[in-house]
Amino acid sequence: MERVPILKIGGILLVSIQVDLHDQSVLALQEDLAEKISATGAHGVVIDISAVDIVDSFIGRMFATIASLSRLFDADTVVVGMRPAVAITLVELGLTLDGVRTALDLERGMEILRGLGVGTGATFDARDA
Amino acid sequence: MTTAGSAGPEELRIAADEDVVRVRQAVRNCAQRVRLSLVDQTKVVTAASELARNTLIHGGGGLARVEEVVDGRRRGVRASFHDEGPGIPDLTLALADGWSSGSGLGLGLSGSRRLVDVFELDTEPGGGTTVTVVKWTR
Repeated sequence: MERVPILKIGGILLVSIQVDLHDQSVLALQEDLAEKISATGAHGVVIDISAVDIVDSFIGRMFATIASLSRLFDADTVVVGMRPAVAITLVELGLTLDGVRTALDLERGMEILRGLGVGTGATFDARDA
Repeated sequence: MTTAGSAGPEELRIAADEDVVRVRQAVRNCAQRVRLSLVDQTKVVTAASELARNTLIHGGGGLARVEEVVDGRRRGVRASFHDEGPGIPDLTLALADGWSSGSGLGLGLSGSRRLVDVFELDTEPGGGTTVTVVKWTR
């Protein structure tokens, strides 16, 4: 089973999904993220799916689960980089991803988190010092 | 509608998580061979992913068959999923949005049906389930 790496940039955890996810990898990622948010005190999570060519109901549910989970740890989640074909398919499948914040790309996702008061780098360190 | 294609049908066993990923890849390869648009490729691969997972979770595993089909000038990809599981006792319910017998979202059958051009379901309580879907080029 492949594990998806979680990177920490200041107060933000970045997950970039680059592989065709097995269901078990999806579940592992949820657990790893919960652990990592709790351990680092991160206030934001960005999930980059620009390399993901399909999102089915199982993977879609993961986004909603991660968003709810991170809220319990006072962190906000943004899903970024969804491909147009994936978006069209999701809507037709009937998956609305309620409660999941999205942004067009990584840069805009980071901006959203900054707007919510989640810092990166020095800002985060200063605040937590 | 006839079976065509130089590649011939591909049969894949669905017995574990990885097999769902393999089915997705087989359907994507086939969809690319028949030159479905990117959106249609994405739709049929997503439908196949839902159905393969159903075969694994509700059917206790089974077989997927992926092949190219031809109807006049149209080409398409056909994927069928067969299991010897408990079957579906109430089809109307199973095809309704939001209904689920398991822990899922209940979008597997109803949702994948919307993503394809042909959706055939053959099931009998205690007698297993076969779902066949086709996506045509436009």
